[in-house]
Amino acid sequence: MAERERSHTRPLGGVFVAHSQLLSAADVQRALTRMAHEIVERNGGIEDVVLVGLQTGGIPLANRMAEALSQIENAEVAVGSLDVAFYRDDIGLRPVLPEAVTNIPGDLAGKVVVLVDDVLFTGRTIRAALNALNDFGRARAVQLAVMIDRGHRELPIRPDYVGKNLPTNREEMIDVGDDGVWIGTLEDK
Amino acid sequence: MTQPRHLLSVADLGTDGIAEVLRVAEAFAEVERRSMPKVPTLRGKVVATLFFEESTRTRLSFETAAKRLSADVLSLTMANSSVKKGESLRDTIETVEAMGIDAVIIRHSSSGAPHQVARWLTRARVINAGDGWHEHPTQALLDCFTVRQVLAERKGVAPEDLGIGCFEGLRVLIVGDVRHSRVARSEVLAYTALGAHVTLAAPGSLLPPSLEGWPVEVATNFDAALADADVVSLLRLQAERGSGSFVPSLREYTAGWGLTARRVQRLSDAAIVTHPGPMVRGVEIASDVADLPRTVVTQQVTNGVAVRMAILFLLLGGEWPGGDPHG
Amino acid sequence: MAEVTLVIRGGSVVTPEGLRRLDLALGDGTVLDLGEAIPGPPGATVLDAAGCLIGPGLVDLHTHLRQPGREEAETVESGARAAALGGYTAVVAMPNTEPAIDSAGVARDVLALGRDTVAEVAVAGAITVGRAGKALAPIGELAALGVRIFTDDGAGVQDGALMRRALDYAKGVGVTLAQHCEDECLSVGGAMHEGCWSSRLGLPGIPAAAEESMVARDIQLVRLTGAPVHFLHLSTAGSVQLVRDAKAEGLPVTAEAAPHHMLLTHAEVAGYDPVFKVNPPLRSDGDVAAVIAGLCDGTIDAIATDHAPHAPETKDAPFDQAPPGMLGLQTALPIAWQVLSPLLGPEQIFALMSTRPSAIAGLGVTDSRIAGHSAHGGPLDVGATGNLCVFDPSATTVVDPTRLASRSRNTPYAGRTFTGAVRHTVLRGEPVVIDAVAQR
Repeated sequence: MAERERSHTRPLGGVFVAHSQLLSAADVQRALTRMAHEIVERNGGIEDVVLVGLQTGGIPLANRMAEALSQIENAEVAVGSLDVAFYRDDIGLRPVLPEAVTNIPGDLAGKVVVLVDDVLFTGRTIRAALNALNDFGRARAVQLAVMIDRGHRELPIRPDYVGKNLPTNREEMIDVGDDGVWIGTLEDK
Repeated sequence: MTQPRHLLSVADLGTDGIAEVLRVAEAFAEVERRSMPKVPTLRGKVVATLFFEESTRTRLSFETAAKRLSADVLSLTMANSSVKKGESLRDTIETVEAMGIDAVIIRHSSSGAPHQVARWLTRARVINAGDGWHEHPTQALLDCFTVRQVLAERKGVAPEDLGIGCFEGLRVLIVGDVRHSRVARSEVLAYTALGAHVTLAAPGSLLPPSLEGWPVEVATNFDAALADADVVSLLRLQAERGSGSFVPSLREYTAGWGLTARRVQRLSDAAIVTHPGPMVRGVEIASDVADLPRTVVTQQVTNGVAVRMAILFLLLGGEWPGGDPHG
Repeated sequence: MAEVTLVIRGGSVVTPEGLRRLDLALGDGTVLDLGEAIPGPPGATVLDAAGCLIGPGLVDLHTHLRQPGREEAETVESGARAAALGGYTAVVAMPNTEPAIDSAGVARDVLALGRDTVAEVAVAGAITVGRAGKALAPIGELAALGVRIFTDDGAGVQDGALMRRALDYAKGVGVTLAQHCEDECLSVGGAMHEGCWSSRLGLPGIPAAAEESMVARDIQLVRLTGAPVHFLHLSTAGSVQLVRDAKAEGLPVTAEAAPHHMLLTHAEVAGYDPVFKVNPPLRSDGDVAAVIAGLCDGTIDAIATDHAPHAPETKDAPFDQAPPGMLGLQTALPIAWQVLSPLLGPEQIFALMSTRPSAIAGLGVTDSRIAGHSAHGGPLDVGATGNLCVFDPSATTVVDPTRLASRSRNTPYAGRTFTGAVRHTVLRGEPVVIDAVAQR
């Protein structure tokens, strides 16, 4: 989920009302597979690659990405999770979710970290994630994989791997779920 | 709900506020378990602890909480400060604010001192770390947090999944020097706001002169009340506040209201025992009772940091969730 | 007839029979004429009193002027000015100064300071040396200087035997002892009324019993000695009832109550503002109602302000450490008017604030008036001394602590508005307050 969406998602105010489906579940799977191949190609294999999913929308994608990678390379890739609630520069806009844990496998020194998130929007979540990663060792490189890039960047952040580029209006909302990608609006509860 | 400016009393939070504190504290408990238990949330903010009454453990707990949030911490205690007898409290506070403090954590032997301090400050927030007999809000909050943690553990679920529903109808027995206890007053407010049922047990001279308006029962038979309790909150006899002369002797107090090994047997298997610390073994609690698994004092201390981080975050960390995101 | 120097036009004179629409002419310190339309001779000051009540100047039985010793809080001069602005033409200064008024020398000093002030200053002496409650003060010597009332106010005389001895002695000298009723064993450490609020706020309380037990004891001593006693600042329903019963029995007791005990309750302490800390403390709704009832049925003879200035920095201390006391002189009549005018007529209110306190203080129109003082308390007939209070019941008093005449700021009514305001005050024929402005 992108930044502004998170500020309105459960457990706080607002309900996502879908207007139309942009990608089917099958489209998402194909995109995941393609991105997995791109990761392997770019990094010459998955040795030293660590996937880190951003709480909460990036976690299921990171797990599915890890599965796709292991099928391609026939090897396991480490997956971790990162909660950036207390690192964001717009503290308080992002809901604090106690179940959103940070769990980084081992020391990241010398690793290639691939951050995985569902929607890239202003870029502030990613910037906070880069900040947070600093505390876990000096990675050799950090790359970014997102399912949807919806534009409206406020910081010089760009993704390395994109499922789909989708221009949107600021007021619209993107939801990435098991059943595909939907666009809609946020209504009051 | 509106974000309180200060935390002077548990009443400043209301039920929703207490629920929010417990929820956010859970997130900070997770931060504490990370290999890097520090977040930059309050970087650039300056927090001052003003302890006019010594208490190493509470002060360290607050200072640790502030440091884990990357705030800068200034410590002012009676021993090493320039506060001499006669320098007015107001002068001290205005000096502290002039130095650019964002929050003042104050402990004072006079009830209401944090309220007066809050009136004199134009910008900084005030957190009550204990004022006279009046309140000790963060202690009550960390007690509730600990109780929920224990209940969740027993059910095999995450504490945040229990919400605050686990407190509904919970039978809490507060024992000891209620009259002079700020922990008791805060706990009565916190537990009843969460829907728990609170009973007081104390010698007659250690009950407040008037319980009008207190949503509590008074136990006439302490031993019977023990059998009924889900949580037993033990208070310390506040000897330094003069309560020693309210009972004939410590021995008689222990005989009548101490949690002795014999009395512990009356408790249900599931009953939890809390104590704000420091425990005086042999008076309000027998030494071996203090070491039972059901006595969760150490957990309370650990949780104190997470709860205090939550308070600092909620007061200083910007707009509350649910506020205007464009603000 | 003496020359008319002051005409008060358009007001209604308060008489024991009710209001009479009359102008007044004053000269040479006395009331020269009353009539429906008095012309103002050239050279005379004319005060407009349209819509106003003209009553005898108020007399306060209980004021703390803080001099000698605490001049940063108040002086005789600043306190007298506050009194005049409140409609008072005389005050009785309490003896808990530093040093206490327990010797002829200190009494003379205070009387000298009050010789030319804009309100007359009489002095109360201490009952015991240093107000320590151990040995009798030189009551006879002070009485010779004109002191009529003796009290250890600030504290009550704890020792029953000493109080009995003092009453016997005072009876022989012909003066009245006044008691601040507080049993210090019961009140020890207390900062506010003991009740539901003190329990909630975690503040040590002063039970009503601390006051009532000493009221009861002194009534016993009055019965035993036959000496009169005046009870200062009654604040509890139980105290009022004890005095009511004592008066029914015919005992020589009188009593006063303060405006704050007619209006404010212990709920005001909720914010821990020491401006609401006072001794006796603000009590419950039932106590306030009983005080009002006592004022209406004659149990309580007088309203007395217990004006207690404290320098601002002292009231900035934590609640339990701050000194007790509130300002009262400039707000007393507006408060009395607000609370009592639905229940009592103006003549009864002026009786409570002028005529009866004047009699108790020895400042009334009698041969036994204290030497060196003019007559206060009315009645306002031709020939009466020109000590007047002109009160406008339709004006408003807005309480601004920065604009009070007192050197201190500790009024509990900051920001409040009362209906009714003192407009002019006349002292011995001289207008010392004109349109709410002190003339010197």
